[in-house]
Amino acid sequence: MKLVIAIIKPFKLEDVRDALVAVGVQGMTASEVKGYGRQKGHTEIYRGAEYAVNFLPKIRIEVAVASERVGAVVEAIIASAKTGQIGDGKIFVTRIDQAVRIRTGETDVDAL
Amino acid sequence: MTRDTIRMACGFAAALSLGFAAAPAMAQETAAKIDAADTAWMISATALVLLMTIPGLALFYSGMVRKKNVLATMAQSVACTALCSLLWFALGYSLSFVGDGPWLGRFDRLFLRGIGMESTSAFAPAIPEVLYVTYQMTFAIITVALIAGAVADRMRFSAFLWFCAGWLIFVYVPITHWVWGGGFLASAGVLDFAGGTVVQLNAGIAGLIAAYVLGKRQGYGTDNLAPHDLSLAVIGMGLLWVGWLGFSGGSALGANSRAAFAITATHLAASTGALTWMFLEWWTRRKPSVLGLITGAIAGLATITPASGFVLPWHGVVIGLFGGAFCFWACTWLKLRIGYDDSLDVFGVHGVGGATGTLLTGVFAVAALSASPDSPEGSAGLLEGNARQVLIQFYAVIAVIIWSGVLTYLLLKAVEFFLPLRVSEQHEIEGLDLTQHGQALQ
Repeated sequence: MKLVIAIIKPFKLEDVRDALVAVGVQGMTASEVKGYGRQKGHTEIYRGAEYAVNFLPKIRIEVAVASERVGAVVEAIIASAKTGQIGDGKIFVTRIDQAVRIRTGETDVDAL
Repeated sequence: MTRDTIRMACGFAAALSLGFAAAPAMAQETAAKIDAADTAWMISATALVLLMTIPGLALFYSGMVRKKNVLATMAQSVACTALCSLLWFALGYSLSFVGDGPWLGRFDRLFLRGIGMESTSAFAPAIPEVLYVTYQMTFAIITVALIAGAVADRMRFSAFLWFCAGWLIFVYVPITHWVWGGGFLASAGVLDFAGGTVVQLNAGIAGLIAAYVLGKRQGYGTDNLAPHDLSLAVIGMGLLWVGWLGFSGGSALGANSRAAFAITATHLAASTGALTWMFLEWWTRRKPSVLGLITGAIAGLATITPASGFVLPWHGVVIGLFGGAFCFWACTWLKLRIGYDDSLDVFGVHGVGGATGTLLTGVFAVAALSASPDSPEGSAGLLEGNARQVLIQFYAVIAVIIWSGVLTYLLLKAVEFFLPLRVSEQHEIEGLDLTQHGQALQ
């Protein structure tokens, strides 16, 4: 099992969700985060004070999938989250040692 | 309970238990006839000015601080309102407006004793005296509440309360008496319609001193101290702007043409101030910020305050322009140059605006507007040939700067002898909401 973590632009969340549903993913977790990569921040001015804001709002989604489906899931995310502009984000894939469905006690692939 | 709170409670109990024992006598006096229309307007004006502090100023200020201090900033406005109201009732009014000594009033109206249904004040003969008390109370409240902006994000709540109480009695009351209560500045012919010196400059100077004494916020100049929610500040500004119609219009102390002129000049000054700041920012920073727009409006309002009932509508426009421009300069250039951390620009907007407006009143005052049966010639300014008025206004500005500055400093040092003025470094980092009040925005 793998955990696919994607940092994407916030307005792309619905597109990515639709794409993942289309490849058969049945659940995901999304959180609001801040981050930066090559996309620079901006400056905010409040009367006499100037603040450089380096962190930009992003959405982090996490999807747990069976190992054989990782390829399809990553491609679906890329296709739906891409705009071609700096700041589109990144995808990381990590291993999952164990997964459990809390309600039923099902484990591993049955829990995904 | 902490040591701070126990000290506070004992102090208040001792101070207030004195007077409530005495039952006020309801003396029936023969006085000038109370006018129904004037009274109706003044009651409305009182409500408008009270709205300026709660929730006007509370929203305006708390929208500009960081999230962890929003509730604490609001608490300052609310607590200040309650505390100053009681102190004004107890002795503030009497010492300000009763008796015509040059320096201070008398204790005749302590706890408003002797005020009856027919009583009137010599300063407002057409309305009930008790209404004059309450109307002036709302001015006292907002003046004290304004100072909180200069020390936002770092002042200990207990020290703040003691400071408010002391400042009202030792700074606000004397200056009010001097300018409005028949004191030496009134005798000198100072023109201050709605509080350019008494409220704006006074609070502004006190704010500057307080910002200096308390020191800069942690992270000032390096950290991101951006406002939590400017939409609150915009709403607060709206309440202040509309409430100012009561501030200015009510200072006519009657439902008359002068009140209407005051309201008009006030509104035009706010409008011009807002646009002036907006254009200046657009020109110097490439974007017109919302904070700039609302600050410009308040700057215009602060500047027109002493002049509103003395000037024509077009003067209001010019005064608003000067106010917007000078305050913009003070908040962006002067502040950085001098290097003080007046968190919410109490000095830059209210201090500079109040002083500017006071001097401009001496320039633009139109005799026709202030003519009355008591003073048929009215008060004229420079443009009508009375150059001396500008000097008199300048005299008032200096007097207020000196008294407010020195006494505020001494008062802060006195409070500091008993209590630290600032919260601890750790508490400042955690935020005042949680550490001073045990609550937080979720």
